[in-house]
Amino acid sequence: MPVSGTTWQLIRDSLGPLLDGMLRGTLPLTVISFLLGLALALILALMRLSRVRLATGVARAYVSVVRGTPLLLQLFIIFYGLPSLGLTIPPFPSAVIAFTLNVGGYASEVIRASILAVPRGQWEAAATVGMDYVTTLRRVVLPQASRVAVPPLSNTLISLLKDTSLASTILVTELLRKAQEIAAPTFRFFTLYSVAAAYYWVVCVLLSFSQGRLERRLNRYVAT
Amino acid sequence: MSRPGEPDGVLLEVHGLTKSFGSVPVLRGIDLDVREGSVTVLIGPSGSGKTTMLRSLNALEVPEAGIVRIGDVAVDYGQAPGKKLLTRLRAQSGMVFQGHALFPHMTALRNVMEGPVVVQRRPADVAREEALSLLDQVGLADKADQYPYQLSGGQQQRVGIARALAIRPRLMLFDEPTSALDPELVGEVLQVMKGLAEQGWTMLVVTHEIRFAQKVSDQVLFIDGGFIVEQGPPGELLVAPREQRTRQFLRRILDPL
Ligand SMILES: Nc1ncnc2c1ncn2[C@@H]1O[C@H](COP(=O)(O)OP(=O)(O)OP(=O)(O)O)[C@@H](O)[C@H]1O
Ligand SMILES: [Mg+2]
Repeated sequence: MPVSGTTWQLIRDSLGPLLDGMLRGTLPLTVISFLLGLALALILALMRLSRVRLATGVARAYVSVVRGTPLLLQLFIIFYGLPSLGLTIPPFPSAVIAFTLNVGGYASEVIRASILAVPRGQWEAAATVGMDYVTTLRRVVLPQASRVAVPPLSNTLISLLKDTSLASTILVTELLRKAQEIAAPTFRFFTLYSVAAAYYWVVCVLLSFSQGRLERRLNRYVAT
Repeated sequence: MSRPGEPDGVLLEVHGLTKSFGSVPVLRGIDLDVREGSVTVLIGPSGSGKTTMLRSLNALEVPEAGIVRIGDVAVDYGQAPGKKLLTRLRAQSGMVFQGHALFPHMTALRNVMEGPVVVQRRPADVAREEALSLLDQVGLADKADQYPYQLSGGQQQRVGIARALAIRPRLMLFDEPTSALDPELVGEVLQVMKGLAEQGWTMLVVTHEIRFAQKVSDQVLFIDGGFIVEQGPPGELLVAPREQRTRQFLRRILDPL
């Protein structure tokens, strides 16, 4: 089947609105959720590494629940479930909450492992120059842990970017939903979804590229 | 040089230091005086508790009982000392480990500046000048901008010494600073330590470099089984030890065959 002129026309016309869905829906949702998720993950990782039994228990249970339930279901519980408890949250914040909680669970395991990969002697060396726990984390441990954590966290980020398409099911106007809205009246799903897929792919390639650069930067003080 | 609360030039005072790991006693009542400006060398078999003792003086290890006083900071480990007090005790001494303790993601200069700037909040430019002069003192002025992986083991240890000096401690602790080094690198580190001794630094050194003990130290302690078995000036303890165990140990390390 030859690609008709009207198909090219449709692609051209959809590029703008879909870019809009990427820039105003998918990307903000990804970036905000990822940053909040990382903060949550760091707290969870430190709880699990702490010697406080209650803290380790809570963190462990949290990770287990987040990893043991479907992300789509987590979105539905927050957006469709909470209103029946009298708590109604608009689509975009609902999605941010769900993705933040989800990233927090997955990334906390990555961060925990990367902190454990920093030799014990580094904590002690930091102590001997007078650093307390927080300063040691900030100046000594996390910079070294980040070297280990960047590759797996990049995977988390790339997965998150694609997973934000699930937010279309709770009425967030991100890239996929934009494509659905344009396609629905014309039934040109194949074309519109292909353009949307191309957008996702381009952003993922860009992310992989910056991951490589970041890794090289973090590896500059390591003998090769 | 005596300050208030510091009797007659004794900088470090240890009484009844006791530490166990689980049910295994490692330090079984250590008593020790170190005079300001003196060099004390600690020798003893593997597992005798030398590292544990040094770490206890630096509060990296918290013993069950015993009193440690360094300068005007005294800690009674039997009284469950608080974090604040332990931090103050720790600031009294600089610690040099066996190896691999530099911060790998910081240059030599940054390693040395880190304590003064980040912890002690001294102005960065002042700390920088001081760090450069400390690096110069350990013979590494030209390596300030190198990362640890770009330095030899001996150079890394010397940066470690500069980093410990930078927090302006009153006492320097060394735990086998040369034992992880290739033999030809041992001398440069011992030279730096000898220089510190000549400048009047008070030092407590765990080492099996007997020549260093002979030439530099004022007193030698032989520790075994968690006790100080024998102590005395190097000319006596290393040459004519009174205790059978000291004699056996010295024979083993001086003539391993
Ligand atoms: N964190 C720890 N947990 C359990 N046991 C320990 C710990 N640290 C040290 N020990 C034990 O305490 C004893 C004394 O150890 P320490 O490291 O102080 O000896 P050392 O005199 O420094 O020996 P070496 O010459 O081998 O360095 C050893 O039997 C050691 O196995
Ligand atoms: Mg030891």
